[in-house]
Amino acid sequence: MTAVAYVVAVWLLLIGLYGAVTSRHLVHLVVCLTVAQSSTYVLLLAVGYRDGADAPIFADIPVGSPVVDPIVQALTLTDVVVEATVVALLLALTVQARKRFGTVDPDGIRELHG
Amino acid sequence: MSPRGRAWLFVGGALGMALLLAWGLAGVPGSDVPLGRYAGLLADHAVAERHTTNVVIATAFDYRALDTLGEEFLLFVAAVGTTVLLRATREERDEERAARLDEQRGVATSDSLRALGTGLVGPTVVLGVYVTAHGQLTPGGGFQGGVVLAAALLAVYVAGTWLALRHVAPVSALELSEAVGAGGFVLVGIGGLLFAAVFLENFLPFGTKGDVLSGGMVPLANLAVGLEVAGAFGVILTELLDQIVLRRSASG
Amino acid sequence: MALVPLTVAIPLLAAGALAAVKPLSPRRSAQIASIAAAAAVAAVSGVLLARAGGETLVYWFGGWEPRGHVAVGISFLVDPVSAGLVCFAAVLTVAALVFALRYVDVADDLFYVLMLVFLAGMTGFSLAGDLFTAFVFFELMGISAYALAGYNVEQRAPIEGSLNFAVTNTAGSFLLLFGIGLLYGRAGALNLAQLGEALAPESADGLVIVAFVLIAAGFLVKAAAVPFHFWLADAYAVARTPVCILLAAVMSELGLYGLARVYWAVFSGSLGPSHEELRIVLVALGVLTALVGAAMTLLQGHLKRLLAFATMAYVGLMLVGVGLLEAEALAGAAVFVVGDGFLKAALFVCVGIVQHRTGDVDEADLHGAGRPMRWTGLVLVVATAAVCSLPPFGAFLGKSMIEHGASAVDYGWLVALYVAVPALVGAALLRAAARVFLGVGTRAPGGRDPGAEPEEPESEPESRTPVSMFATAVALLACGLAIGLWPGLSGDAVAAAHRFIDRAGYAAVGLGGAGATDVREGHFSSYTPAAHDYLLAALTMAGAAGLAWLSLFRDPRRLPGGRVLQRPLHTLRRLHSGHVGDYLAWLAAGTAVFGGCCALALGT
Repeated sequence: MTAVAYVVAVWLLLIGLYGAVTSRHLVHLVVCLTVAQSSTYVLLLAVGYRDGADAPIFADIPVGSPVVDPIVQALTLTDVVVEATVVALLLALTVQARKRFGTVDPDGIRELHG
Repeated sequence: MSPRGRAWLFVGGALGMALLLAWGLAGVPGSDVPLGRYAGLLADHAVAERHTTNVVIATAFDYRALDTLGEEFLLFVAAVGTTVLLRATREERDEERAARLDEQRGVATSDSLRALGTGLVGPTVVLGVYVTAHGQLTPGGGFQGGVVLAAALLAVYVAGTWLALRHVAPVSALELSEAVGAGGFVLVGIGGLLFAAVFLENFLPFGTKGDVLSGGMVPLANLAVGLEVAGAFGVILTELLDQIVLRRSASG
Repeated sequence: MALVPLTVAIPLLAAGALAAVKPLSPRRSAQIASIAAAAAVAAVSGVLLARAGGETLVYWFGGWEPRGHVAVGISFLVDPVSAGLVCFAAVLTVAALVFALRYVDVADDLFYVLMLVFLAGMTGFSLAGDLFTAFVFFELMGISAYALAGYNVEQRAPIEGSLNFAVTNTAGSFLLLFGIGLLYGRAGALNLAQLGEALAPESADGLVIVAFVLIAAGFLVKAAAVPFHFWLADAYAVARTPVCILLAAVMSELGLYGLARVYWAVFSGSLGPSHEELRIVLVALGVLTALVGAAMTLLQGHLKRLLAFATMAYVGLMLVGVGLLEAEALAGAAVFVVGDGFLKAALFVCVGIVQHRTGDVDEADLHGAGRPMRWTGLVLVVATAAVCSLPPFGAFLGKSMIEHGASAVDYGWLVALYVAVPALVGAALLRAAARVFLGVGTRAPGGRDPGAEPEEPESEPESRTPVSMFATAVALLACGLAIGLWPGLSGDAVAAAHRFIDRAGYAAVGLGGAGATDVREGHFSSYTPAAHDYLLAALTMAGAAGLAWLSLFRDPRRLPGGRVLQRPLHTLRRLHSGHVGDYLAWLAAGTAVFGGCCALALGT
């Protein structure tokens, strides 16, 4: 079961990066990076998954019953925040790029080279 | 590089990366083994030690609270950075004044949209506060609750106009909330330093498991994070929405 | 011991407070508050550095001590290298903020907020004893840097530079997270010491090798090794001078620190048997980075891009020092990082002064424009000589130690690299200095492209150099000299390096509960540079001067070998296209090649 999850994680990473490499629109590029980042969530949660276990919240179940890994869930929370932060900054840059360069095509944003 | 060359270069690299990742992932133990020692330790002891039922929140806000502090400040930088990057230039400030006058005349929104938006604001705020306050008991916590609160702000924008949003949640209030939340978390940590000799040590009484005020400093930390997240997302949303108004005034 | 968390708490609290009172406070108080906060961090870390000299300190946050060799909480580990880096970063932040006092272009207080959070990120990353905490502070450092690089959004270039910076480094962090996920899956732990203990007994299999490749690649993106380096020149060219000081002198070097720390604390047990093969890969990468950086430096006309590629070339030299996987070379690399860091900062300040006075930063346009700024020119030339191993500056000492360590493991031929690369970089700097400050020699080719937007000045051109700026340059130069003259520094550095590479010792401290210490036995003698070191230094400086004279007064195409090199150099320049898709493609290809090399080296 988790083998599928790992395949999905690798696929998301590579297809997200591919989209970013061949992108012709900055917003599309940012969303592709989001897709690539979500591969890390899938990976972390898949690493923590245990067959037949419950969520690590002991409101209804007794302490000691099998649960999935709580630590990777906390890590994934942090990971989501990291992604949100980068997306916010990149979108702000996209808005400014549209204003200053008149385009959001990465091919048109060529001020720095050499 | 030409677009085709770029794509082929990437595809070559991606194939190599796929092989590497597959080789590496093959070594990860499957899902039938018991939890690792660290995770097992927390799962077994967090409830008794921290009087919380949500082990993930106990992990994030107590055992690994330093990571959460860093994460809080990541959001803080997101809001500050967005403000900095979308800072109006001298020419734009005049346009903004013209845009405000435009908005005061009102932009027509459809009735159903206004009804839906207005109807959503109240329950969303309640849900956000509930999720924030009950983080130590049920799935949720400061981060999730803060995002829900920010969604309430977005509902205000959808229901009314951009000006209504600015009235309900002026940027200065949002920035204050965000900074107070971020600073608040550090202060909780310093509280630990002062009262319990170690930074971020849980220094408040634990209360009974299952109560809202259980878990010692976890509810306080939750509150700080909720304030911070709601403020940060509010600032980011407002800054980006400002740009729409600027564009509208520039073209119309 | 309570001082340890203050290194992170002070800048963060100050940043939050500055942001909260922003509408009320005048600019001056924000400036003073931020300088005070940075200075406080420098003082605290200086005290910790002194205490950590004898024993490594460990601090468990939240009071969560390890139980039965399982780390439950997050720790900070204070040893001379990490405390030294924190102190270095804090001192440079003070210098950058002092430089920014007279900076008209800092539009609001949020600049100081971002700088303080940047410092906190660097501090937390250096001291972290937990892999995921290191990642969180690594990201904090990066994100503040993206915002600071793009700070001047009224112009076009900073938008592109910040975008390239952010996208490339974000891709690097994906790699880092995959590596962390793999390690957690195997070991069920995030604490560096505990990971090392878990991996050590077994030999390296696919998972361990791939985890190392991914984590190393993530750090190498930040360190700007080839081919992950394309973002560096774009970001440094557009960031304002106070930010460049920190980016060039500390941030990229922290990528190398991360690589070294993770290798020695986590992987040295299981990858140790194949360390000679790994040495080949890392040294090759460092050599390549240094050569590409040096070549690109010579081709630049934009002064800040020139300094950016110079930084990259020197990062290559430092990577070689780290990649030799040997204590003395590591000690030399640490001394080199600090000694050279002060010099690079001084160079950026000098260029910043020129830009402040003339509003321009292109070598072609500035021909002779620097004549009124003689003293700045003098500081720049002295710094360039120091960068070319002028004794007794710290860079000379560090370089000599690395060469000594290299010869101990039969890599003595690297001496040629440590002469050639500084000579090339020094030549480019001297040529630029001669053109700008003396107005001699042929004009630089090109200038800005016709049709490109004229670069707006960082501030209105001024008629006098502000004292705060010039004093900063001189102070940084003096610090570079002090590193070289500090008594016993090389002995302390070698002792610290031996402690750094001792994985078992690190684990004993890292999992031993609060206050655990290990006192280093054994006496390590100071390294005194020998006669051949002085000879090599003289050769380097002569080479730099000679090459500078050639490029000022002779046409490069008529030189022997000039024709042959023209096509490859032109292609190399074209590759740095400014297009973020190109950079990501190189990143993927580079990860695959680096991974393949490591697999070959370590897998058999």
